[in-house]
This record gives sequence, structure tokens and C-alpha cells, in this order.
Amino acid sequence: MESNFNLNGKIALITGSAGGIGWATAKTLARYGASVILNDIKSKEILEERKQEIKRDFNCEADALQFDVGDFEAVQNAYNEIFKKYKRLDILVNNAGSLFDNLVGMIRKKDIEQTFSTNTNGVIYNLQSAARLMERNKSGSIINIASIVGRVGNEGQVVYGGSKAAVIGITLSAARELASKNIRVNAIAPGFINTDLIKFLSPTIFNQRLNAVKMKRIGQPEDVANAVLFLASDLSSYITGQILGVDGGMIM
Amino acid sequence: MDNVQKLTKTFTESLEIEPEIVTDELSYGSSSWDSIAHLALVASIEIEFDIMLSSDEVIDMSSFKKAKEILGKRGIQF
Repeated sequence: MESNFNLNGKIALITGSAGGIGWATAKTLARYGASVILNDIKSKEILEERKQEIKRDFNCEADALQFDVGDFEAVQNAYNEIFKKYKRLDILVNNAGSLFDNLVGMIRKKDIEQTFSTNTNGVIYNLQSAARLMERNKSGSIINIASIVGRVGNEGQVVYGGSKAAVIGITLSAARELASKNIRVNAIAPGFINTDLIKFLSPTIFNQRLNAVKMKRIGQPEDVANAVLFLASDLSSYITGQILGVDGGMIM
Repeated sequence: MDNVQKLTKTFTESLEIEPEIVTDELSYGSSSWDSIAHLALVASIEIEFDIMLSSDEVIDMSSFKKAKEILGKRGIQF
């Protein structure tokens, strides 16, 4: 039986895909037939290793582009590379993110600028360039990785929560603007997910957050990747402008 | 078909206007050339000339004359 999640022939860019949710997403999309373009700000060597792993495990086309999603010129150059090689882009996963926690009164200007540069500006830069490539084929799916913190807030996360709430606003506005071009824009709001971003949490905070999960388990990057797969595939072809919580019932 | 003819054809088809209207004086805001049509026009130009324009070039492309200048800087002769 042909898979409903068939992504054969699709070109997908996943930002921040050297680890965590981005890496799980890249593997999932490759598993279902997409050619994946990896991105991260981390070293070229790590990206190259990831690329080779994808090619080896899934026997598909893979590329790696190292750039800072918050650097406007670098993003444009990256899309020029994509244009030159593929002439198209079908799926963009705006995943690259930066976590900054601090209480009100202890937030520096540079922390705000750096967090918004990656989490918010980067989403707009990539979305804008991707939409122009997608418009040529009158088709595309853009998936922005927001956060549960952008929906309900959290102590110590004024900056991070603000940057992720902005991602939700961007998603809703872009979805309205791009729907007529058959470009869908949705967001995923992950809850408590097992990535590097949580490894510095104290046991007390860790347990507090875990207790808020109705399903009583921490989410895995693959849980988010599977939601991305759905929104990237044609199974969601009539869905746009939605914020999908992947949080084990943290908010309902 | 030379490049002026190709660009003129792209403008007429994207903006759904007659070829006679496509002169150097044709500018953004006139005829059916609004913000939505502009992005469709840019996409058509990119496909026709096999290039990807920068955001600044997209914004600066405010007339037929300007379009030729921008494409000229990309090595497309008019």
C-alpha cells in the first residue's frame, strides 16, 4: 500500500537540524522519501556527519548548509544555493531556536536581541525566501516550531516566551497571506521535550514540569517530528494557520 | 525572442495587460501592478530568466525600466 506520508520528490529544509527536534525531523522526513537540506550554526564537520548518516540510512539526497538563521544576508545566500541546485523548495521547517531563561530585572539587551534574532527574525527571513521559491510551484508547506511557552507563558521565560509567541503571530499572518498561493503555514507548540535544552534544569524544575504533563512522560523529539511529518505531507493539504500542541496534554 | 521581448511578455502575462502599455514608464502602482501582482511578476521573471532575486531587488523593482537595470546587473543584456 502506498504510504499516505509519501514525500518522494519533495525538497525539505530543516533549520537547526544538527540535533534534538531538528535532527529527529530530518531523519523522519528522509525516511518518508524527502530530500533533506540540513542547516545549523554548529561546525561544518557535525553537519557533514549528519548528512552522510542520512544518505547512508535512507538512501536519499541530502545536503548541509551551515548558516545563522538570524543573519539576513546568510539566509538569502543559502536560498540562492538551494535555487541553483534544486530550483524548488517544498517543505520548510523553521526549527532553529535559542533558549534564554532569566527573571525580569536580570535580562540584558544583548540576550533579547540574540534570542529574537534566532527565534523570531530567523523565522521571518526563512519564511520569506522559502515562500518565493514555493510560489513558483504554487505549493508548499511551512512548519514553524513555536513552544508551549509562547502560548501560556512561563516564569523566567519572558524573552524566550515572547520570541515564541511572535512565531505564532507570524504563522497566523503568513498563513492568511500565502493560502491563495497554496502555501500552507502551520506551527507546532512542543511542550516538555527531551532535548539538550532541558539538560540544565534542576531536578526540582524537571519534576515540576513533568508533573504538568497529563500523559506522565516527557516528550521525545520523534513525537514532534511525527507531527511535522503530518503537516509536511499531503494528508494535511487542507490545513493552514493552525498551532498544533505536541505536549502530552500540558494544555487543553 | 530577445531579452526585451521576453521581459515584456512576462509583464503582459503576469499583470494581464496589453504589450503596448509595457514601456519604461510603466511603474508599480499603475495599471494592475499592485503588491500581490508584484510578487507574481517577480516569480515569473525569476522563472523566465532562471535567477533568484534578493529581497532588496524585489523591493527596488518599481518600474519596467528598473527591472531592466536590475536584470542588467545580473548579466542579462538589454
